[in-house]
Amino acid sequence: MNANTSASSKPPAPRRSDWPFWAGLWLLAAFYTLLIVAMLAADAAFTTPGQFWRALQSREIRYAIKLSLASSGLTTIFSLWVSVPIGYLLARVNFPGKALVDAILDIPIVLPPLVIGLSLLILFQTPPGQFVQRFIPITYAIPSVIIAQFTVACAFAVRTMRTTFDQINPRREQVALTLGCRRSQAFWLVVLPEARRGVLTAATLAWARALGEFGPILVFAGATRMKTEVLPTTVFLELSVGNLEAAVAVALLMVAAAVTVLVLIRCYGAEEPMGKLL
Amino acid sequence: MISVEQLSVRVGHFALANVSFSVPTGQHGFLMGKTGTGKTTLLEALCGLRPITGGKVSLMGREVTHLPPAARGIGLVPQDGALFPHLTVREHLAFALALRKWAPAAVEQRVQELAEWLQLGKLLSRKPAGLSGGEAQRVALGRALSFRPDVLCLDEPLSALDEETRAEMCGVLQSVRAHTGVTILHVTHSLADARKLADCVLLLKDGQVVRREA
Repeated sequence: MNANTSASSKPPAPRRSDWPFWAGLWLLAAFYTLLIVAMLAADAAFTTPGQFWRALQSREIRYAIKLSLASSGLTTIFSLWVSVPIGYLLARVNFPGKALVDAILDIPIVLPPLVIGLSLLILFQTPPGQFVQRFIPITYAIPSVIIAQFTVACAFAVRTMRTTFDQINPRREQVALTLGCRRSQAFWLVVLPEARRGVLTAATLAWARALGEFGPILVFAGATRMKTEVLPTTVFLELSVGNLEAAVAVALLMVAAAVTVLVLIRCYGAEEPMGKLL
Repeated sequence: MISVEQLSVRVGHFALANVSFSVPTGQHGFLMGKTGTGKTTLLEALCGLRPITGGKVSLMGREVTHLPPAARGIGLVPQDGALFPHLTVREHLAFALALRKWAPAAVEQRVQELAEWLQLGKLLSRKPAGLSGGEAQRVALGRALSFRPDVLCLDEPLSALDEETRAEMCGVLQSVRAHTGVTILHVTHSLADARKLADCVLLLKDGQVVRREA
């Protein structure tokens, strides 16, 4: 009797639909996605295939394409070389001052690109920097392009590799050690194969950053055509002489390259169900 | 036999001091205790995976305190097996043997031997993602025993298994003892498992290990 009365005196549960919540999420998603698509569509609509191919015929732009691809490629390789060991060290070892080193390694990500370029320029004006330049010309020459790209790209690669190794259970390496591995063997035979998806992500990020790097290269390497001109520099130079069509054509070239790489990564990532990072 | 004398280990804020215990050769010793008391830490220290701050570890009469894990001759089956996702079952069983540069024919023979004994014959070309819990545990066991270690360390090998698979695994563990004469240190908090398999029971409580009658 009591239970019945208390049940009937309870207010009815509020009946509210979830649709405003979902509508809000979809709206925001649509907004940002459409912004990106609209941006690219505007670019594509601005230029014609004719202008596109004409741009590709230009000697300067061809050089810039070659330099961009070569320098990003080299930067990616150097970045992996450096970021894989650093990422592993940070993920596995606790050393005094680790938090500080961690923060320092993040600096190239947050520092304004122009500041990075300026700092590199000044670094190579110092006595040690000048000493190095007696053997290899750096400032305003091709090596500076790679150094500028590497300084930023590697920071992203380190972040990625740190996360990758953090997510790999150290138990597997421990078992490998008991089975007879030295530390280095455990790394090559057990950890690295498991990390290959992360390595691919790090390589992609590094390559994409290197390809698109502009600020540091402008300051440190200059914008000399047929020498230190990379594709972003081309866009800048064409823009600054009012040649909007050529600038957009080159921009579209870079979009095409970026999208191709992204699609390739997604396809490869979808082949194995164990992909964690992409 | 496994012999630990006055072992001290520190992990972050957690520390064990002056722990001593032993497991006679060929016996299946159970190390039991409530969760969080340090059983896994002790196991890791035994295997050389944790730096110790004091004490002595001896296996089969040989002091191994300062030896790297690779030189101690211990097979380890950690919690959840820790199989290598990119290797097939066959490669798991051959892993330790390839490291020791065994001849391919000898490796294949040993792999077949282990596969037959642990009923892994049909699974040799599968990767860990395609294995059930019980199958994965048997692979982990096979991997740990492949190089004929003197000591086998098991960390909660049965806890993630269902009743039926658990009973099967108990059978497998009994046959391990009969087959190989290996000395086993089995960490668990399950009394039922101890009752079925233990030759001696060690209880880790308040930072000390005491021997209990099996």
